[in-house]
Amino acid sequence: MNAFKNHFSFEFLTGIRNRQSLLMNYLFPLGFYLVMGLVMTEIFPLYQEMLIPAMVTFAVLASTLLGIPDPLVSSREKGIFRNYKINGVPSLSILLVPALTTLVHLVIVMLTIAISAPLLFDALVPTNWINFVIVFFALAFACIGLSVLIGVISPSSRTTILWSQAIFLPSMLLGGLTIPHNMLPGIAQKFAQLLPSTHAMNAFNGLAMARVADFSPWGSVVVLVFGGLMAFGLALYLFSWDSHNSTRRGHPLLALLALVPYVVGIFLLK
Amino acid sequence: MAQPIIQVENFRKTYGTFVAVDDISFDVKPGEIFGLLGPNGAGKTTTLECLEGLRTPTSGQLRVAGIDPSSKPHKLTNLIGVQLQTGALPDSITPEEAIKFFCAYHNVPPRFDLLSRLGLTEKRKSQYHSLSAGQQRRLMLALAIAHDPQVVFLDEPTAGLDVATRVELHNMVRELKSKGTTIVLATHDMAEAEELADRVAILLRGKLVTIGTPLEITATGKGLTKISVRTEKRRLMAEDNHLPGVTQHHVKDEYSIYLSDDIGSTLTAIIDRVAAQGDSLIDLRVERPTLEDRFLELTNDGEAQ
Repeated sequence: MNAFKNHFSFEFLTGIRNRQSLLMNYLFPLGFYLVMGLVMTEIFPLYQEMLIPAMVTFAVLASTLLGIPDPLVSSREKGIFRNYKINGVPSLSILLVPALTTLVHLVIVMLTIAISAPLLFDALVPTNWINFVIVFFALAFACIGLSVLIGVISPSSRTTILWSQAIFLPSMLLGGLTIPHNMLPGIAQKFAQLLPSTHAMNAFNGLAMARVADFSPWGSVVVLVFGGLMAFGLALYLFSWDSHNSTRRGHPLLALLALVPYVVGIFLLK
Repeated sequence: MAQPIIQVENFRKTYGTFVAVDDISFDVKPGEIFGLLGPNGAGKTTTLECLEGLRTPTSGQLRVAGIDPSSKPHKLTNLIGVQLQTGALPDSITPEEAIKFFCAYHNVPPRFDLLSRLGLTEKRKSQYHSLSAGQQRRLMLALAIAHDPQVVFLDEPTAGLDVATRVELHNMVRELKSKGTTIVLATHDMAEAEELADRVAILLRGKLVTIGTPLEITATGKGLTKISVRTEKRRLMAEDNHLPGVTQHHVKDEYSIYLSDDIGSTLTAIIDRVAAQGDSLIDLRVERPTLEDRFLELTNDGEAQ
C-alpha cells in the first residue's frame, strides 16, 4: 500500500510538473472552455444549456485520449517498464496509477468548470448533481480505459496519435459537444453511438440537465461502464513490459473488442 | 564447497535466425565478483537480461539463488538488484522520489544515504532529465543496491563516469562484496574487470571462449612480458644481445626494453650480464601481459577464425 501511495503521489506531481501533462490536464481543457464560453454562448445562446456537460466531456477527452497514451508508450520504449519489472512494480499499478491520477486532475477541472460556468457565462446548472457526478465518472472510466488500451497496443508515439485522434476528432464533431446528436443525419447518428462522448452527452442531458435524451440515458451509462471495463481488462491482458524482447499475450487487434459494448448499444438503446 | 548462486547450463538465446548466445555454461559462487567481458554483440547483455528475468532463454537452464528467472521472475525481485545498460526512469522523477518509490516496492526503508555516497545530494530534488549521464548512472546504481540484494547485476556501470566517481563506485562494489553480495559485472573496461573481478568469462559472438581468474587468463596467453632495465653505465643499451627468451629488444629513454616469452631465464641473464660488465641496476620493471592484451589476443583469434 505504501508503494502504491508513493507511486500515486509521484505520478500526480508529474501531471503538474511535466509540461505536456499540464497542458493536457489543465491548460488545454480550461483554455478551450474559456474560448467556447466566450464565443459559443454569444453566437448560439442555447449553448448555455450544454456548456457545462460539453466542456466537462471535452476535458475528459483531452486529458485521457491526448494525455494518457503517449507517456505509456514512451515509458515502455525507453525501458522504464523494464526497470519497473525488475524492481517489482506490478503491471496493474503501471496502468492503474496514471488512470487514478488523471481522474483526480479531471475532478479538479470538472469542479472548476461546473462552479465557474454559471458565474462567467450564465450556463445552465445541472439539476441533478448526483446523476451529473455519476455520468462524469462513467465517462472518465470509459475514456481512461480506452486511453490506457491505446497506450498498451501502440508501437510508437506516431501510432498513438493516430489511434487517439481516431476517437478524439469524431468525438468533437459527432459526439454531441458542438452539434446536438439529434441534428446529425441518420447514419452519422448510428456511427456517433460508437463514441463515449455521445453516450456521455446523452446521459448528461437525460439525467442531470433536465433536457431530452435521444435514447436511454441509463443505457448510455451502462455502455460507458462496460466499455471502460472491457478496455481496461484488454489493456491488462495485452500489456507488455518491453515491445522488443517480449511476446504480447494477444494480437493488438483484440483491442477492437473494447468497442463491443458501444456496438451492442447501437442495437439495444432506444 | 558452497553451492553456486548462479548456474548457467547450456544456455542458448536466438532472435529469429540470429544466435545471440550459443550454448554457454558457467557458475558464479556466492560472494564472488564475476566479470562478463566481450566486444559489442558478444551476448553479455542478453545473458544478463535472461538471468534477470527480462528475456526468456531459447534453451538451457538458468538458476539465480535457486530460482528460474524466466518462469518465476517475481520471486527474484527482492533477491537481485540490477543496473540496466539501457534502463531509464521517468523524466520528471527526482532522485529522492526514485529512492522512495523503488524502496517502497521492495518494502525497505528509503536509503537516502546512498545519494550522498554517490555524490547526488545536491541533485536530490532535480528532475531525472536534468541530470548528467554520469549522475543518471549513479542514481541507477543507488536504486540497484538500495534493498541490499543477494546478487547485483551491473551492466557497464562506469560508462560515462568521471575518475572520482569511478573510484567511489569501485569502493562500493568492494564494500558490497565484503558484505557477501554476489556481483555480476558486464563491462568493456578490462582494467576495471582485472581490478575488481575474482573471475571473468570472455564471450565472443555468443560463445564462451575462456573463463577463470584474471591471472589464469593472462597466464594462458601468448602475450610477452615486458622487461625495462636501466643501469648506471648504460652498457646494456649498446648491446644488440640475444638473451634467452627475448623476442624483441629496443631502447627508449635510457631504458633497454626486452619482450620475453621466458621471464625467468631472461631476468637471470640480464642480472648476470649487468654484474659481468661491472655495471649496476638503477631500475628494473617487469610488466606482465594485461587482461586487455589477452582479451585482444582472444578476440583477434576469434575474428581470424
